[in-house]
Amino acid sequence: MSVTTKDIEKKEAKLREGVERTRSRRVYVPSVDIIEREEDIVLVADMPGVDDKSLDIVLEKDTLTIDGHVEETIPEGHRLTVSEYGIGDYHRVFTLSDEIDKDRINATVKHGVLRLTLPKTAAVKTRRIPVRAEA
Amino acid sequence: MLWTDRNFDNGFMESWRELERMSNALSRLSGRTVHEFPLINMWVEGDSVTVTSEIPGIDADDIEISVVGKSLSLRGSRKQDETKENEAYHRRERWNGRFSKIVELPFNVQTDRVDAKFSKGVLSITLPRAEAEKPKKIDIKSGEEVR
Repeated sequence: MSVTTKDIEKKEAKLREGVERTRSRRVYVPSVDIIEREEDIVLVADMPGVDDKSLDIVLEKDTLTIDGHVEETIPEGHRLTVSEYGIGDYHRVFTLSDEIDKDRINATVKHGVLRLTLPKTAAVKTRRIPVRAEA
Repeated sequence: MLWTDRNFDNGFMESWRELERMSNALSRLSGRTVHEFPLINMWVEGDSVTVTSEIPGIDADDIEISVVGKSLSLRGSRKQDETKENEAYHRRERWNGRFSKIVELPFNVQTDRVDAKFSKGVLSITLPRAEAEKPKKIDIKSGEEVR
């Protein structure tokens, strides 16, 4: 059966127990694609409303934290009549493995999409095991 | 065969849609909201309506906006990154594909005065109410003035 509608939803971030937020804002988990390539790993995150100035990417040891702050723009005097999505900040945490060259991470943002390039270390790239045919 | 019988199939599709409608209504009640891409918000102020939508990762030129009567239609597509050899997806959560969404507006629109902005992946369309549709104020003349 073909169901053609593409339903999506914006997921709200869950807080760890005992942790409270200091900002009274909603926080969402950005949807991501993670693509592994030969030379690097590319992380693409949908964060509409975020630009280079409102994005914080912090790498501490093996933990990569992505934070995006979104300015809520309510048109003055307007009344919300249809609400399919909420507006709020973004937050997501990833654990990186040792095979990432942490000094050469590159981040760009365009049209509300963050693109992080995580290059692999030289040791990982050359880890190819030749297979010999036995006579 | 019973299962390929057309009438049966139609009836089945009908009940499937009914089920879908019910599940959508239920998910709204439970606070979980699931909608078709792209998600929209609508703001109304007097004789003007503003529709905002989150469509990250596409160019403004790739969004087609049209208004007919009270229907606002948003169309476009978001392409997936092409995967080459030796490339593999570890996660694939982002939405991709063609979208076509119709938004029902509260009134007819002055189509030549529609304004659309696209910034940081957020589309904002302001649509003024059609002049012909605006409620006209009718002055009541008192009987004495007329005389």
